[in-house]
Amino acid sequence: MFENVSRRQFVTGSAAAIMGLGLVGCGGNGGGEGGDGASSIKVGIMGPHTGDNSSYGLACLNGAQLYFKQLNADGGVNGKQIEAVVYDTKGDATEAVNAYNRLVQEDGVTGIVGSVLTGPTIAVAQASVADNMPCVTPSATAADVVTYGSNYFRACVTDPEQGRVMAHFASEQGYKNVATLYLSGSDYSEGVNAAFCDEAESLGITITTQQSYADGDVDFKAQLTNIIATNPDAILVPNYYQDDGMIVNQARTQGYDKVFLGVDGWSGIYGGSENYADAANLHDCYYCCAFSSSNESETATKFVSDYEAEYGEAPTNFCALGYDAAMVLAAGLTAAEEAGLEAGSDEYKQAVIDGVASGTVEGVTGSISYEGTGDPVKSSLIITFAEDGAEETFQVLEA
Amino acid sequence: MEEEVMTEKRPIISTGGPQPAAGKRRSLSMPARYAINAVLVLVILILGELMIDGGAINRYQSTVLEQVGIYIILAVSLNIATGYLGQLPLGHAGFMSMGAYGCSIFIIRMSEVLGIGARDFVTGSPMTFLLVLGGLVVGGLCAAVAGIIIGIPALRLKGDYLAIITLAFAEIIRVVMLNIDSVLGFELTGGAAGLTGIPGYTSFLLVFGCVAVVCFLIHTMMKSRHGRAILAIRDNEIAAEATGVNTTYYKTLAFVASAFFAGVAGGLYAGCVGVLQPAVFGFMKSIEILVMVVLGGMGSMLGSALSATVLTILPEALRAFSEYRMIAYAVVLVLVMIFRPQGLLGSYDFSLSRIIERVMNRDFPWSRKSAAPAGADDGKEASHDA
Repeated sequence: MFENVSRRQFVTGSAAAIMGLGLVGCGGNGGGEGGDGASSIKVGIMGPHTGDNSSYGLACLNGAQLYFKQLNADGGVNGKQIEAVVYDTKGDATEAVNAYNRLVQEDGVTGIVGSVLTGPTIAVAQASVADNMPCVTPSATAADVVTYGSNYFRACVTDPEQGRVMAHFASEQGYKNVATLYLSGSDYSEGVNAAFCDEAESLGITITTQQSYADGDVDFKAQLTNIIATNPDAILVPNYYQDDGMIVNQARTQGYDKVFLGVDGWSGIYGGSENYADAANLHDCYYCCAFSSSNESETATKFVSDYEAEYGEAPTNFCALGYDAAMVLAAGLTAAEEAGLEAGSDEYKQAVIDGVASGTVEGVTGSISYEGTGDPVKSSLIITFAEDGAEETFQVLEA
Repeated sequence: MEEEVMTEKRPIISTGGPQPAAGKRRSLSMPARYAINAVLVLVILILGELMIDGGAINRYQSTVLEQVGIYIILAVSLNIATGYLGQLPLGHAGFMSMGAYGCSIFIIRMSEVLGIGARDFVTGSPMTFLLVLGGLVVGGLCAAVAGIIIGIPALRLKGDYLAIITLAFAEIIRVVMLNIDSVLGFELTGGAAGLTGIPGYTSFLLVFGCVAVVCFLIHTMMKSRHGRAILAIRDNEIAAEATGVNTTYYKTLAFVASAFFAGVAGGLYAGCVGVLQPAVFGFMKSIEILVMVVLGGMGSMLGSALSATVLTILPEALRAFSEYRMIAYAVVLVLVMIFRPQGLLGSYDFSLSRIIERVMNRDFPWSRKSAAPAGADDGKEASHDA
């Protein structure tokens, strides 16, 4: 069959087909500007849904969509259904800016949940200032995100804040000497480490040593030997669960049997798809995070069962943050709708922002309020592990 | 923009097909050629700016257009090294990141010194314009210095060896950007967290002004004695050296010019996105640019510009089918490489003056028996080009 078609004809034909496809793509989505105010409210959700960090993006997406679905089932906002427009950023700042501009200019959204990773979110935050577009990021922790304008909020606490929370926890528990082991070159790990050390020293805790390792290391014995030689009461390990698991196992083998402190990167160390540390080694480990399935508060247990019913798997920290980010945005939309403003107008956007800034939301990651900044004032959970490795809520630290 | 850049398969001197029988062929003078092209560029720039001001192009579309322009600069600059010099460097993203960081750090620091706020760049003033131009030049120079550092040792190698060494060098640049702060002890690049607070100085006019200038510079360079030497090296390095071409010098020159323009594009990219993270300038970015050049046709400036346009717009146009858009992108590449391995345009280059001369000489493709070079819809392509 192909013998009858010359290359030239084939190339022309396929080029025409692709151009046609592109035009359909453009045409299908254009002209949506302003939203059709009457029956629905358009919101955007964006994040890395493909690529290296898609697990975070998809978790936030699932959480946010679950919230909007429940909200719509309850009658929506002011009788209007929420219509979510979902765009993938591939974890890239350029893509994120394009997705943002498209949401605002072509789809006419009234608010955005996103983006998920820090870099793309900063790019979006800079672009969104001119529009004063209300945005809530579930998970971008860099300080810059909320500093460009008053329109950006986040549902999570920042990395330095987590470090300070753990410093206060260490002080309350009476640890006098603390060592740290962090991943050098990681924004997250270094940020937590620096804030923890500053805060701990001001609380009278001695930092015995700060050890670091490089991305991809699997053997931490040299650093651990140095740390154990300083005889600390606790070791802060502010990294992601894969590394944390190896560090805990290796330290226990080397005879260290005291306390480990961690932050939300520990979430998933045991009982998820894989166990990264032995249950027997996880005694005296404490980490702070926003959400854990072990939390027995009513909102959290309901969220866990709803999420499992919807997606057939247990929710992670990011799912809960996505859910809460959607809830924060919806609270702002409710305020604007109740004021009877026209969707898409400048007053409407400002009303959403004011609604978010002044309201308090009872989210699944705790109660969230904003006191004049885009950073939430919210409670944290301190999680520890039972003998069989199951997570237990050790303490709820109120904001 | 560009006129006839020398092409592979035709003799250097003859500019058209068979000469008209009447003897003397009428032609445009050089100043007239430049004037025609300059007017065309100005018309397109003004038209584009008016459409943006009037709201016919919304901000989403104009941002995508800016990215199209940035990728055009990247593709035509890489085309110097791949298409004209005939080497295969895989480190273009490294030069782009040098330019991006160089330009944005310069602009951030200078605007602190001069007391210019981020908003002033959006409204624009002569001072900010000069500052941005200075930044782009600084970015280009940073990239050019990197190009010299890598070019002198790397260009002793050929083919896949050169590919590997440039690939490695781009990775070195990326890792340096990631870790230089802790080495220097003060904040320069922002490390993994990224460089933030870059004012949004990139605009449609700036980008396409740069596209026009870059295309013009590359075009004139390739038409000059230096450009002929570079083409001679591509066609046969040993023969070129035997005829007295200083191959090391000209290879480095082409490589550094390629790096310089990539740096300028990097500077524009920084202003367009507003945040720089070293991870963006990884291996895949280099490949993305190389794909544009290969797809458009190595050695064709119009081809590079055209494929940069298509490959930037295509993923955006297909955003509604987000799951399938990367497949569509890949299918385009596979089809082109199977059915047109020399790239969409091969080594053909568009020349407005050539067309005008043909019209002046009543020398139309359909009035000749021998086939005219490919490029039936020249008029349409002209709009892509400025």
